Amino acid sequence: MNMIDKDLVGASTSAVKSPEPSSLISGGVNRRDFLKLSSLFGAGLMLQFSFIGTGCSKIGEKSQFTPNAFIHIDEDGLVTLVAHKVEMGQGTYTSMPMLIAEELEVDVSKVRLEHAAPNESAYKDPLLGGQITGGSTSVRSAWKPLREAGATARMMLISAAALEWKVDPKSCIAENGEVIHPDSGQRLGYGKLVNQAARLPVPEVIVLKDPKDFKIIGKPVHRLDSPEKVNGSAQFGIDVQLPDMKIATVAASPVFGGKLASVDEDKAKAVKGVRQIVKLDNAVAVIADHMWAAKQGLAALDAKWEDGANAGYTTASLVQDLDKASKGEAAIAENKGDAASVLKGASKKFEAIYELPFLAHATMEPMNCTVHLQSDSCEIWVGTQVPTIAQGAIAQLTGLPIEKITINNHLLGGGFGRRLEVDFIVQAVQIAKEVDSPVKVVWTREEDVQHDMYRPYYYDRISASLDDKSMPEAWNHRITGSSIMARFFPPAVKDGVDPDAVEAARDLKYNIPNVLVEYVRHEPPFITAFWRGVGPTHNAFVVESFIDELAASAKQDPFEYRRKLLVNDTRAKAVLELAAEKANWKQPLAATKEGKAGKGISSLFAFGSYMSLVADVIVTPDNEVLVKRVVCAVDCGMVVNPDTVRAQLEGGVIFGITAALWGEVTFKDGRTEQSNFHNYRLMRINEAPIVEVYVVDSHESPGGLGEPGTSAVMPAVANAVFAATGKRVRKLPIVNSLKA
Amino acid sequence: MITLKVNGKEHELDVTDDMPILWAIRDVVGMTGTKFGCGMALCGACTVHLDGAPIRSCVTPVSAASGKNVTTIESVSDTEIGKRVQDAWIAEEVVQCGYCQSGQIMSAIALLKDKPTPTDADIDSAMSGNICRCGTYVRIRAAIKRAANPVKAEA
Repeated sequence: MNMIDKDLVGASTSAVKSPEPSSLISGGVNRRDFLKLSSLFGAGLMLQFSFIGTGCSKIGEKSQFTPNAFIHIDEDGLVTLVAHKVEMGQGTYTSMPMLIAEELEVDVSKVRLEHAAPNESAYKDPLLGGQITGGSTSVRSAWKPLREAGATARMMLISAAALEWKVDPKSCIAENGEVIHPDSGQRLGYGKLVNQAARLPVPEVIVLKDPKDFKIIGKPVHRLDSPEKVNGSAQFGIDVQLPDMKIATVAASPVFGGKLASVDEDKAKAVKGVRQIVKLDNAVAVIADHMWAAKQGLAALDAKWEDGANAGYTTASLVQDLDKASKGEAAIAENKGDAASVLKGASKKFEAIYELPFLAHATMEPMNCTVHLQSDSCEIWVGTQVPTIAQGAIAQLTGLPIEKITINNHLLGGGFGRRLEVDFIVQAVQIAKEVDSPVKVVWTREEDVQHDMYRPYYYDRISASLDDKSMPEAWNHRITGSSIMARFFPPAVKDGVDPDAVEAARDLKYNIPNVLVEYVRHEPPFITAFWRGVGPTHNAFVVESFIDELAASAKQDPFEYRRKLLVNDTRAKAVLELAAEKANWKQPLAATKEGKAGKGISSLFAFGSYMSLVADVIVTPDNEVLVKRVVCAVDCGMVVNPDTVRAQLEGGVIFGITAALWGEVTFKDGRTEQSNFHNYRLMRINEAPIVEVYVVDSHESPGGLGEPGTSAVMPAVANAVFAATGKRVRKLPIVNSLKA
Repeated sequence: MITLKVNGKEHELDVTDDMPILWAIRDVVGMTGTKFGCGMALCGACTVHLDGAPIRSCVTPVSAASGKNVTTIESVSDTEIGKRVQDAWIAEEVVQCGYCQSGQIMSAIALLKDKPTPTDADIDSAMSGNICRCGTYVRIRAAIKRAANPVKAEA
């Protein structure tokens, strides 16, 4: 690539007339907006900007400052956004172009997307501390810088046109990919202006559009990735095809930490199409002409394993360990007032233990990675949420320098946190070390379920005392479980507290005078990982179920009880009231011929969004739970694409109900007991509820939406089961608890 | 050698009789619109039509396609009903990650061929074999209804 840098700007810090990012964004983002102008891909206007400014210098191989996202406008007026986030269904590849297009005054269809290459310093997300897609951060992080980039480009294009026409830039407007001088009727398309614009200084003050003038943001825009996803042409990682490519499938030790003992290579090689067997320390792969031969070869191998220390591991043994750990030393996540003393002296005290199981991600696209490893380079084709982590891991494994490792990122056939991990990428490269040609390693569904990196098992002790009005006076929530952050991003763990493990358990919006939230880290003998909804998915279930328990013990309506507790938070209270109104909360459900009926409610503040859900359920005589209707009220701040908001809530709710009712990974003899969709049950269309979404009009900074629906629906369903049956479910999945 | 006819075109494949159609299409013919999800006919991601009838290609051997035509997602826009379903999918903004959607669309087309104006129960029955992990079911239902009666749905 011929990259010419025109370092016209220097280290100017631009002033931007727009509200600062929400203080809800954690991590204290003291962002300076470094804008940079250069010419890339030949002629055209190139703007580069960073989320966290660390300096400003030339780009290119010798750069000291590498920019973090690109806009390129070519001489045909086509805008290219180098997408630093990946599309895994959440609609980011539509909302990001919308942000650019709004300020740049172009049609969204004029914005083309390219997957970003790995570049940690360039594409670091300030909320996540890396080039990572996850945590419902994409729009939250991109909201301001992408608009600023679009606005800057617009202003410079206007300046270029004004110079050309020798008129005041203020007398020109930008509209639909053109600069127009209304007084004279002159107009020039952006493509005609890019070369002149590229020579102009970046404006010191960037003027963002007034939200009342938005033409694109807040209006429904058709997903840009739909056409290729309805005709089979969308390219997921698993669809990669290369010349001379072999296909491999793999079996890892069924017990975590186990080793490969022996295989019968001759039997595998007797299968037509099998080319090679690759033995790793803890796994074996069959390399073949196609997946069918690879699968048959793997079955024929008759692999024997040394199970090692975890051979006897069971879920029951883990729960015993967690129970013991939960009585020991704890780190303090929040300590307000004196909850311990108040609880000790309380006359009305309630306590409970809540448990949440291991969960698999079960993305529809099984794990896969294609590798072409040569003596001096490594190229991979994959769908990943963490391209830079993948690149670093490959560098470590191969000893190759980072710049010799090329990551070709793809659409993700589901992420949900699974593709935040690089285990399957590392394994594929290990296999590729032994293979002379490019190799696509594809996991079977069984491998995918049994070698997932599961959502942690959580074991929570929670207690509260009530005052003379039966409102909570003291609250103690002690969370015991593994720490994902301690592995994934250790600096986030402070004083023994994993911020993810306690998210949505501390800093509750409820008005409770004495609060003690504690965390006890306890690790199972394998690695656990983020799963859609992360910390709040676990904590919302515990907190919102227990609030419901307190309301019941106080003989108060669970909606009214929450409303009293949210008296100090107008946004949280407003969505609670909206959900209740739209769901006809006051109108109890009558039993039907299918079974007993009930409504449950929940409230959540997480990912920068306020949400309240009401679920209508029926519990059948044989303890099946039918979720009929879910009403979601959300205040997620400024909405970029309203339809994406609805889609993410509909999908997130179904994802959450699946887990709440049936989701569970269990262990026996050190082995995962589930293997495929017959015993790791996912919701199907005949089981899916009506999902209604009501969005509060708001001008606050955008909140995330990929995950809160998943988190908030679990307690709403459990609370509805209680309303229907009087049975309080304290251990997920719900259906197992009801049938126990 | 085995002859496999895909979207009207015959392919001579050097594979065994028992090879599932899925792998023949994806890995040998090289058409990747049809997806692998479970390998056990549990999720429907691999749904194709065999002489018009929906089948799970991950468990149907190529021998079963002898003398028949396999229709995949790549050719559905060639038919009026297929185009109608794709348009409805776009209009209702069904897709999220999109991985299961080839299979969903193949099942929906088969349903609409059989029942031009399906009831909710018909949709449940025809579509419950297709899992969508992103949870697009609400919209799949709406898109099928729109495809069944595009004029009414536009109103």
